[in-house]
Amino acid sequence: MTIRIDARFAQLKKENRSAFVTFLMAGDPDPVTSLEVIKALPKAGADIIEIGMPFTDPMADGPSIQAAGLRALKAGMTLKKTLAMVRDFRKADDATPIVLMGYYNPIYIYGVDRFLADAKSAGVDGLIVVDLPPEEDSELCVPAMKAGLNFIRLATPTTDDKRLPAVLANTSGFVYYVSVTGITGSASADSRAVGEAVARIKRHTALPVCVGFGIRTPEAARAIAGEADGAVVGTALVDALRGSLDSSGKATVKTVTAVTELTAALAAGVRGTR
Amino acid sequence: MSQLRPNSYRSGPDERGHFGIFGGRFVAETLMPLILDLEKAYAEAKADPAFHAEMNGYLKNYVGRPSPLYFAERLTEHLGGAKIYLKREELNHTGSHKVNNVLGQLMVARRMGKKRIIAETGAGQHGVATATLCARFGLECFVYMGAVDVERQQPNVIRMEMLGAKVIPVQSGSRTLKDAMNEALRDWVTNVHNTFYCIGTVAGPHPYPMMVRDFQSVIGEETRKQMQETEGRLPDSLVACIGGGSNAMGLFHPFLDDPSVEMFGVEAAGHGLTQLHAASLAGGRPGVLHGNRTYLLMDDDGQIQDAHSISAGLDYPGIGPEHSWLHDVGRVKYLSATDAEALEGFQLLSRLEGIIPALEPAHAIAKVMELAPQRPKDHLMVVNLSGRGDKDVPQVGDILRGKTK
Repeated sequence: MTIRIDARFAQLKKENRSAFVTFLMAGDPDPVTSLEVIKALPKAGADIIEIGMPFTDPMADGPSIQAAGLRALKAGMTLKKTLAMVRDFRKADDATPIVLMGYYNPIYIYGVDRFLADAKSAGVDGLIVVDLPPEEDSELCVPAMKAGLNFIRLATPTTDDKRLPAVLANTSGFVYYVSVTGITGSASADSRAVGEAVARIKRHTALPVCVGFGIRTPEAARAIAGEADGAVVGTALVDALRGSLDSSGKATVKTVTAVTELTAALAAGVRGTR
Repeated sequence: MSQLRPNSYRSGPDERGHFGIFGGRFVAETLMPLILDLEKAYAEAKADPAFHAEMNGYLKNYVGRPSPLYFAERLTEHLGGAKIYLKREELNHTGSHKVNNVLGQLMVARRMGKKRIIAETGAGQHGVATATLCARFGLECFVYMGAVDVERQQPNVIRMEMLGAKVIPVQSGSRTLKDAMNEALRDWVTNVHNTFYCIGTVAGPHPYPMMVRDFQSVIGEETRKQMQETEGRLPDSLVACIGGGSNAMGLFHPFLDDPSVEMFGVEAAGHGLTQLHAASLAGGRPGVLHGNRTYLLMDDDGQIQDAHSISAGLDYPGIGPEHSWLHDVGRVKYLSATDAEALEGFQLLSRLEGIIPALEPAHAIAKVMELAPQRPKDHLMVVNLSGRGDKDVPQVGDILRGKTK
C-alpha cells in the first residue's frame, strides 16, 4: 500500500485540522497548463489532490465537469498522458497524495493490470471509480489493493447501515462521502445532515471520512470540514479555471492564479475549523 | 466464464447479471441500493400470478395483443425465395413493440410505490409508450431526448407532450440517444428517492436487460404459437433490427434453444462500416457504459464514439449485453444495413404491402431483401416489424425529395 494518504492524515491529525481535497480534470484546458495548475496546488493549500480522468460519458457529473472533460479530450488528453502528468508532478513533490477519479471504461480498455502497474510507478496513491460499486469489486478494486493502491469508495445518502459494511469492506485511504444524492456541482449539502452521516459512517470504520459534492465557498468548506476529516471541492475550482479561459477556451496568463487563489481561500476556510 | 457451449442459451443472466463476460451492474453507489430493490421487486412480481393476470389483461385490451403474424405475399413473390411473415408489432397501441416493456416496468414501478417516471428515448417510440402508460396510470413522466432527435422526430415529441409528458431536449455530447441516457441517469441519481427509471431497451445495469427481455418475449412466444397454427411448424429464420436490441431479443429469446431456427440481428451501418455508423458488434469491442459491459464503439483510449444512423432509434454506440454474448457464442448472426439500404427497404415494404415501416425495422427489411432470395420457397422467415413509419414520414419525405442528405 502506498503510505502517502495515511501519512497525510496522520500529519493533519497532529496539526488538528481537516484535509482540503481539490479536484481538477487532467488536461483541462490543455496538458501543459493542467500540469502547471496541479503543481501549484500544494503550495496554495491543497492537502490531497484528486485528478479527473477525462471520459466522454461521465454519468455522475454535472455540466461543469462534463465540459472540463470534453475540453481535455479535445486538447488530446488520454489516460496514458494523465499518468505521465502524475509522473511529472512527482518529480517535485513526493508527499502530496494523488487520487485519480473517473469512470471504468478507459481503465478497462487500457488493461487493468497494466494500468495498475503504470499508475503505481507514476506515483498515484488512490483510485475513485464512480461506476464500480462493491458488487463489481473483482474488476478493479481487489486487483488495485493487491497492486498496492488505495481504492477509495463513495458512500452516499442512499447507502444505509445494512449496506455500509459491504461498501467499506475493501476501502482504504479514506472514505468519500457524497453529501447529496445527485451529480457533481448540484445543490449544496446541509452541514448538520453531513455531520450525522459522517458519525454514522465512523461507527463502521476507523478510516478518515472526506465529504464532497456541493461545496463551493470557503464558508461552506469551513462548515463541512468542521463535521468531517476533509472537504472536497471540484466544480467550483473547475469553474474558476473555465472563467480564466479566453473566448476560444484556451488558457490565459490568469489560468493558474485563478485556480490557486480560490484554492487558497478554500484552504483558509478549511483551516479555520478547529 | 467457460468457453463451452451452454446446455441452454436461455438460462442467463447469472445472479450478478452476467451473460458470459457481459452485463453486470456498473453504476454509481447512489443508485445501487435502488437497483437491488428493483431486482427484488421484479422477482416478486415475476412470481406473482396476479401480476401476470393484470398484465395480460392490459396486453389484450389496451395494447391490442396478440399482434398478427402476417404472410407478406407480394414481398415474398417479389423476392422469389423464402416465405416471409411479418410480426406486426407496429399495430400495437402507440405504434411499436416498446409498449410491451413499458407496461411491465410501470406495473413494477407501481408495486414499488414510485410516482415519478423518467425515460430516455431515441426515435421517440419508447418515450411515447412511456408517456402513454404514465397517462393511463396517473404517473408523472419526464422523457430525455437528444436535441438532434427532437428535431428529426417531431411527430413523436408532439405526441408525448399531448400525453402530458415533459420532453427534455439533451444538448450534451452528440445530442442523441447515448446522451439522453446519460442525462436520464443523472436525473435518476438526483431523484433516486421517488423516481423509477423506465429503460427502453435490453441494456443498462442488471436487472434491466433481463427484465426488458422478459417483457418483450411475448413477441417470440406469440410468433411460435401463431406459426404452429398457420404452418404447423417452427419458423426457419428470424430477422430483427438492433439498436439496443429489445425487439430482436423479444423475438429471438423463446427460440434460442431450437437449433433449427436461424436468427439474424441487423445493426445500423449508417454511411457504411468504414465510415460513421452505429454497428457496435461489427465495429466495436467490449467495454463498460451505462451500467453494463457490452460491445461499444470507442477509440483506443476507451472514449465512446458518436454513432450515426438515419434511424434515431438505432443511433446508439452500444448494444444489449445478451446480444454481445449471443454474438460471441455464435448463436445469433449479426448483420448490418446502411442508411441507403434501409431507405430501400422502407420504400419496398410501403409499395408492395401497403405498410409503411419505421426506419428501424426498415433495416431488417433491407436484409430480408438479401436473405430471402437465397432461401428455398418452403423456408419460413419471420421479420419483426417493430414499429410503424408515421413518425418518419416527414424525414423520409424530405430525403426522397432530395431536400436533405
